[in-house]
This record gives sequence, C-alpha cells and structure tokens, in this order.
Amino acid sequence: MTGERSLPEVGPQEELAAEHPGEAQRTDPKSFIVGAVASLGQVALPLAFGAYAVLDGEPTRLLFAIPAVLAILAVSTALAYLHWYRFTYRIGASDIRVESGVISRAARSVPYERIQDVSLEQKLLPRLFGLVEVRFETGAGGKDELKLSYLTEAEGERLREVVRSQKDGAVLAPESAEASVSAEAPPPLFAMGPRRVATFGLFEFSLAVVAVLAGAAQQFDFLLPFDLWDFDAWQDRLAGPGRWLAGLGFAAQLAGGIIAVATFVAIGFATGLVRTALREWDFRLERTEKGLRRRRGLLTRTDVVMPIHRVQALRMGTGLVRRWFGWLELKVVSLAQDSGSANHSVAPFAQADEIAPIVAVTGFHLPGEELDWRRAATQYRTDQVILAGLVMFPLAAGLAIAGQGHLALLPMVGFAVIAAMEFANWRFAANGFDTTQLFLRRNWLAPKVAIASRVKLQSVEISQGPIARRRGYATLSLGLAGGKFAISGISLDRARELRAAVLESIAGRDFSELV
Amino acid sequence: MDDNDPLTQLDPAYRSVMRIVTAIWLAILLVPTVVAEVAIPGWHGVVAIPYVLLAAIIFFRLPQRRWQARGYVMADERLRVVKGLLFHSDTVVPFGRVQHIDVDQGPLERAYDIATLTVHTAGSHNASVHLPGLKHADALAMRDAIRAAIRRDTL
Repeated sequence: MTGERSLPEVGPQEELAAEHPGEAQRTDPKSFIVGAVASLGQVALPLAFGAYAVLDGEPTRLLFAIPAVLAILAVSTALAYLHWYRFTYRIGASDIRVESGVISRAARSVPYERIQDVSLEQKLLPRLFGLVEVRFETGAGGKDELKLSYLTEAEGERLREVVRSQKDGAVLAPESAEASVSAEAPPPLFAMGPRRVATFGLFEFSLAVVAVLAGAAQQFDFLLPFDLWDFDAWQDRLAGPGRWLAGLGFAAQLAGGIIAVATFVAIGFATGLVRTALREWDFRLERTEKGLRRRRGLLTRTDVVMPIHRVQALRMGTGLVRRWFGWLELKVVSLAQDSGSANHSVAPFAQADEIAPIVAVTGFHLPGEELDWRRAATQYRTDQVILAGLVMFPLAAGLAIAGQGHLALLPMVGFAVIAAMEFANWRFAANGFDTTQLFLRRNWLAPKVAIASRVKLQSVEISQGPIARRRGYATLSLGLAGGKFAISGISLDRARELRAAVLESIAGRDFSELV
Repeated sequence: MDDNDPLTQLDPAYRSVMRIVTAIWLAILLVPTVVAEVAIPGWHGVVAIPYVLLAAIIFFRLPQRRWQARGYVMADERLRVVKGLLFHSDTVVPFGRVQHIDVDQGPLERAYDIATLTVHTAGSHNASVHLPGLKHADALAMRDAIRAAIRRDTL
C-alpha cells in the first residue's frame, strides 16, 4: 500500500507547518479514534467476563450495568482525547520538541544531529485510516525512542525528509517531495514476489509449533474427541468403513501414526507460511540517495531507510536445509535499530547472485578467492571435545550403574555427535583479513559468514580463560556498533596479528568521520 | 604500541582498597559459617577451621595477586587495559573511538584518593572499559589527555 502510493497529497495543515517550522502541532485527530478503538479491544474481553459474572442469569441487573459501562467508556474516551489534545510536537530549527502529559508535563528535545533515522510503521488499524507511526531513532534503543503516533502518511514522509535535509545541513527544498518520488523510479535492488515468499515460507517450517502442539496433544488429549496416540483406536476407526484393514493390524497402526505425524507436519508448514507471509509480503529493497530503503509486511507494513555509511558490518547466513538449494540471508549491522534487533535483514531469502549486488552497494566486498583463511587452534577444538567428554561419560556411567543400560547410550551418542561437529568445524570455521575487512566463517552445518570493516571497529579485546591460558589460545572480541564480532579459539599469536591489523586501520580515522 | 610494552602498575592504594572489600565479603561469609558451626553439634571446627584457613589465604594473597595482574599502557593515542588472574583480558581502545569519559570515585576510593577511569565506546562489546586504581589526579590528567586527542581529531 505504501509502496504504490504516488505523490503524497499535501493538505493545508501540512503546508502551514512547512512555512512555519516552529509551530506546535498535534498528531492527526484520527489517531485519537485509533487509540480509542484499540483500547476498546483491550476492554472488551474483561467486560464480557464481568458481564457474565455479574448478570448471572438475572437480566434485570442490566439496568445498572449498562450505565456503568457507558460511564467507563465515556471516561476512557475523555482521557484519550485529553492525551491527544495535550500532546504536541514542534519541528524546530535545530531539534524536534515534544510536549506531553495531562497533569504532569514532559518536554523532550531531540537534536537533528542525534537522529540516526526516521522509520515509519503501519499497523493494521492505523493503516485503515491512512495513518503511520513515525519513530525517530537516536540509538538510545527501544523504549527511549521518540515516536509520534499517528500522523498522516504524507506528513510522515515529509517529516522524514525534513530530518534528513536538516542533518545534511541543507535547507528544506520545495522539490524534495518530488525528488524522493523520482528516486523510487529505478527497479528495486531486491524484491520478493508472492512465489518467492511462499517458497521462503516452506523453509520456515516451524519445529517449535509442532513440538508445542505434540506436547499439548498429550497434555490436553481429554479435549479431543478421540485419543491421538491410541493406535488401537485408530485401528478401530480405520477398520470401520474398510473391514479388511482390521486384518492388517500393523499396517493400520502405521497408518494411524502417519496420520498423526502428517497433521503436525502440515501445521508446522502452515505456521511457517503464514508467519513469513505476514512479515515479508511484497518485500522490496531500493537504493535511494539516502541509503537502502526496505519495505515489507502484509498487515503491518514497515518502511525503513538505512543510510549506507552507517552500515557497520554484514552477516550472511543460511539454514540446515535451504543451503542445499542455494538460499542465503543477508543482514546489515547498523547503528539504527530494527524493532529491537540491530540487524536489518536486507535480503531474507536470496540466491548468491542476488546477494552480490547488494553487498557491492553497501561498500563492502565478499571474501575473495585468494583470501588467506586460517583455522582455529587445534588445542581449542580438542579441549571442546574433552570438555564434552567430561560431561557425557560420567553421565553415561551414572545411568549404567543405575541400571538404565539402554539410556546410557544417549550420552555416548551425544558425545560422538559433538566430537564429529567439532572436527567438521575445525576444518570449516576460519578467519581472515584483507586490507579493509575482517572475515569470519563458522558453523559447518549451516554456514554463516560475518564481514566487518576494519576501520569501523570500536575496540579490541583479547581474553583468555584459565584453560585457554594453559593451552595458548584466546578469544578476540571486537567492539562493533550495534552487534557482536568475536573470534574464539585462535592462537594467541594470530589474535595479536589481527589486533595489530585492526588498530592500524582504526588509527587513521576518527569516529566522527564514520557516522 | 607493542604487545610487549611494560604495563604501568596501578596505585598501591588500590591494593588496600581491594583488601578492604575482600575483608567485607569475608565478614559477610562469616555469618553462615557461625550458623553452621552452631547447627552441627559435636563437630567443633569442622566448618570454622577450613573457613579461617581459606579466608587467611584469600585475604593475604588474592589482593596482591590481582593487583599485580592489572595494569595499563597509554601511548600512541590508545589506551590498553590488562586485567584478570584466572580470566585474563587485554583490551585496547583507540582514542578516536571514545564517545565519552567518566572519572568516578566510590567512598573507599575517596578515602584513599584514587579513582576509576571509564571510557565509553559505541561498540556493543566493551561498551565501557573500566580502569580502576588510578591516583585521582592521574585519572583527571588522563581524561584531559584523551579528550584533547579527540578534539584535535575532530577539528
């Protein structure tokens, strides 16, 4: 919806605001309605329960109940109105000021220089009214961010432009609205149509939902008209229409088991599909002059712009199954927040040849063929296996002594799996660096690659635990704005080599040149 | 800055502060020890004697060892902070990445005229690096030196 909108309509109110930037303004009057409707939804359920309890089969009590409910509604509506009336914002010359509060007043000022980004979010209800929630991201994180809920879509777009141009030190030019429209003309850098989203959804098979459902089916099976796990009953049921099935006792049991499993699998797939479609619908990533602009979502449509110079690192990952089909995810680690997590997914489900152009746009590059990948220290992997053994073998011994001989096999199998994984990761996981970037590759089963810019790191730490000190390996933790980048289990010499390389890059540029 | 640069030792007063803090913890742990001693009749000293021995070692040895393991180097526009006996860490913060600087004094530190210098960075890891046990005047001087370096960079 947001995506297809043409030139935003400029109402008289907005025009006035643009002419007098210092004017105090209220949020859109419709947001008061949205707030009232939303709070009505919250009150409805307790009210229904209350009504059920109070009436208790005596309808005459309605005479008292209805006025009481009306009074409550009137008071809450009046409060919502007062809140809306007393909430004003001001687009000043150097900052945005918000004043709020009915009885106690709060005033907040956010200077333009500190605003990392302006993001727009549309939940279902505001979307019906054509409203957006405008959030000013300052890097303060989560609850401390300044937000205006709700403004008209046009006003949201305009505020975003105002903040951007203020940050750049430019005066708000009248053609800025047109400029942002014309910038939308080139084809998106990456987009996902319904087919891609559906494929993505299939890979998002939700094991958690299946596990919860299977557990719930066992716990609450009294709610079901039949016993899901009673294979004999299944046998009877199947035997009803086709009597010959009864003769095939084992086949019927098998059929029952397959039906139960198939139901859960279908639910798992359906959950994955629905969740993915809700989040990723009509995903489009565009290159605008202000950075990467990402829009996605079916019911809640989000619109985020990530300035390219604020990209700190890249993360590329894949899944256990999807890797065999070549599907990758690309995330950027940036200073701005993405609804709680600092990683913005810029291509959640893409092939390698679709990822490459996005990486190029961010100013980073993928590891080259000639990159000198180094493995972690052999001692580190050995110690991990030994530690696993120290836990698993006594556990197996304990079970064997307790007379649970067959259960004792489980820890042994667990140990074998851990040892095999450590060996595979010893061969696979590696780190490397070139003139401008650091690379980290890990997780053999579902490979992940992290790419950090050497100059954009904040600090370097070499840490060693008691075992690591004896065995001569260390963990290198790099301070990354908005994310983590740690290389564990490398030799002390390698850690020092990497640190020297990073510090040499950092020395050249000050933080203020980066942000 | 070289990895083998000699570390600057912290102020000896910091060792005394650590010793007092250790003593406070040991005194708190004395309470369950006494309770256990009273609660187990007939076994005098089965808890108290190991406690006293352990407490003596901890009180006399640990602050000294911890103090020795700590240190810092401030050179080449970088601050390097080394610490940890069991869990060793060696952190370098370039001045160009410092966001802001704190100099804090707790009540004990004030009594001994020492202070903790904290440099904050924008990174998620090592968002703030603490360097305790500096003479208060030294901490202030270091803060000013780092601040001056930042200002020169940005101008």
